Amino acid sequence: MESKRVTLFAGHYGSGKTNIAVNYALWLKKSGKPTAIADLDIVNPYFRTKDSKKLLDENGIELIASAFANTNVDFPALPAETYSLVMRDDVYAVIDVGGDDRGALALGRYTPFILAENNYEMLFVANGYRPLTRTAEEALEVMREIEAAGGIPFTAIVNNSNLGRETTAEDLLASRAFAERLSVLSGLPIKFTSADERICPIGGVEDLFPLSLAERYYDVND
Amino acid sequence: MSDKVLMKGNEAIAEAAIQAGCRHYFGYPITPQTEIAAYMAKRMPKIGGTFLQAESEVAAINMVYGTSSAGFRVMTSSSSPGISLKSEGISYIAGADLPAFIVNVQRGGPGLGGIQPSQSDYFQATRGGGHGDYHVIALAPASVQEMADLTFKGFDLADEYRMPAMILADGTMGQMMEPVTLGNYVPKQFDKSWAVTGTKMQRKHNIVNSLYLNPEELERINFERFERYKVIEEKEAMAEEYLMEDAEICIAAFGIAARVSKNAIVAARAQGIKVGMIRPITLWPFPKKIFAAAADKCRAFLSVELSMGQMIEDVELATKCRRPVTLCNRAGGMIPSPEQVLAAIQSVAGGLKK
Repeated sequence: MESKRVTLFAGHYGSGKTNIAVNYALWLKKSGKPTAIADLDIVNPYFRTKDSKKLLDENGIELIASAFANTNVDFPALPAETYSLVMRDDVYAVIDVGGDDRGALALGRYTPFILAENNYEMLFVANGYRPLTRTAEEALEVMREIEAAGGIPFTAIVNNSNLGRETTAEDLLASRAFAERLSVLSGLPIKFTSADERICPIGGVEDLFPLSLAERYYDVND
Repeated sequence: MSDKVLMKGNEAIAEAAIQAGCRHYFGYPITPQTEIAAYMAKRMPKIGGTFLQAESEVAAINMVYGTSSAGFRVMTSSSSPGISLKSEGISYIAGADLPAFIVNVQRGGPGLGGIQPSQSDYFQATRGGGHGDYHVIALAPASVQEMADLTFKGFDLADEYRMPAMILADGTMGQMMEPVTLGNYVPKQFDKSWAVTGTKMQRKHNIVNSLYLNPEELERINFERFERYKVIEEKEAMAEEYLMEDAEICIAAFGIAARVSKNAIVAARAQGIKVGMIRPITLWPFPKKIFAAAADKCRAFLSVELSMGQMIEDVELATKCRRPVTLCNRAGGMIPSPEQVLAAIQSVAGGLKK
C-alpha cells in the first residue's frame, strides 16, 4: 500500500477515525518511516487519540495532542506543535480530524500548508452501520460538508463499517455494496477495508487492513 | 446489512425519543450529553419537529412544562449542573401532574465539577431534586441498547402516571458506542383529555397549575399523588439479578459501575468466591423487595458506586440493615477498576471467614 507524507482521516463522528489513525501510524512506523500523529478532535470529550499514548510512545511515534485532552478542561484547543507536522517534511504525518464538518473546521488553519506541499491523502472513513450514514447518499452528504468545512477534497474512501465488538465477517461483507456505491457516487477509490483483527482474515476481502483495538474499561467480558 | 446500527449512548436516546413520538426538544448544551442536542438539531427539522436551543436550562425546562401541558411528548436533556438548574421546573411539572422526559448524563461534581463520568446525582434523582414532596421515575441504563429501551419505557411511564421520568446515565453511557436494534417500539396511546388545547367553546376549560390557594386542597392532592407513587413502587420496580442463585456476597451497582462489577465478579468466581449482583434498573422506585429477599440468603452486601456513597443508603434501608453493607467507590469523575472491585470483594469475603 502506497502512502503520502500526510494522511488525513476524516468522516462522520463515531466512524472509527481514531482507531484507524492509530493503527495506520503504527503500520507506517513498522514500514520503517519516521511517524507522528496529531489529534485535531475538538469535539469528543472522551475516547481520544491520547488514550493510546503509551502504545505510541513504546513504538516511537510522536503524539501531538491537546494538553487538555482527557482532563476536565472542556476547551476546543489545539497545540502549536500541530503546525510542525505540516511545515516540516522529515516525518510521515497522520492527522486524526474531528468528526463531521464541525470537527473538520479545525483543519482549515493547516489546509494552505497541506495543499501547497501537495503530498497528502485525505481519507473518508465510512461506517454504513452509523445511523446518519446508513446509505451511500447520506455518507456523500457528510463528505461534502466536511470538504466545505476543512477546505481539502477527499482523495479516497476507507470502508470501516462495523458494529463495535459484535462485528462479524458477514456484517463486513454486507457493507461492501454500501462502500462501492459511495465510491461510484463520489468518484473516489476505496483505499482499504478495515476490520477488527479478531475477525481477520475474511475470505474475498483482499484490501483488508486489520485493526488492533484497545480494550475499554466499559467492555464486559462475561 | 444487519438491522443493527452502531450508536453512541446519547444518540440512542435521541433516536429512541423520536421513535417514541417526541417531536419537541428543548435544551442547552453541556458535556457529556451534547450529542443528544446535536442529533435533535439535525433530525427534528427533517421530520417536522422542534429543536430549540434555549437561552438557559431554566428556560428549556419551562418550555417542556408548556409543551407537555398541551399534551405533546416532549423532552430535555442535560448533565449534572444543568439538572440542578432545571430542578425548579421539574418540581413544577411534578406539581402540575404532567408527563415529561428528562435525561441526566452525569458528570463529576459538586459545583461545576468536571466533564468525566459520575453517579453522584443519585440522591437528586431519587429524592426528587427540587422542592416539595415529589418523585421522578429514575431509570438507570447499563448499555447503549438500554439507553434506547429505557427511553421508550420512560415516555410510556411518564404518560401513564402523569409525572416526570428521568434517565440517570453517566458520561460513559453517553459517550460509549455499541450496536443497537431500534424500530420495534409501538407508541402506546394515552388519554390526554386534561391537556390545554383550546375548548373551542365545546367543553369546560382545563387548568394545568401547581398553585393551590387552599392548603386543605393542596394537602389532599399531595396525598393522592403519593397513593399513585405507591402503585408505581408496587408495579414498576426493575432490577437485573446476575449470578445470585448461590451468592453469599451481593454487589449492588447500576450503570457503568455494574459493567465494571460484572468483570470483577467473573474474576472472583474463578477464585471460588460466591458473589453475585443486583443491578437496579429503576432507581426510583428502588427494587426494595429484590434486595430484601437477597438479605435472607446473602451474608454481606457491597455497593459499588461512582459517588461518595449514595445508593448504599437505599441498600441499607431495603435490607433493613440486617447484613453489613460496604462501599467500594471512586468519585469526582473517576471510575472503579475491576481490580479495585475484586479487592473489595476479597476483603468482604475475608471478613466472612472470621
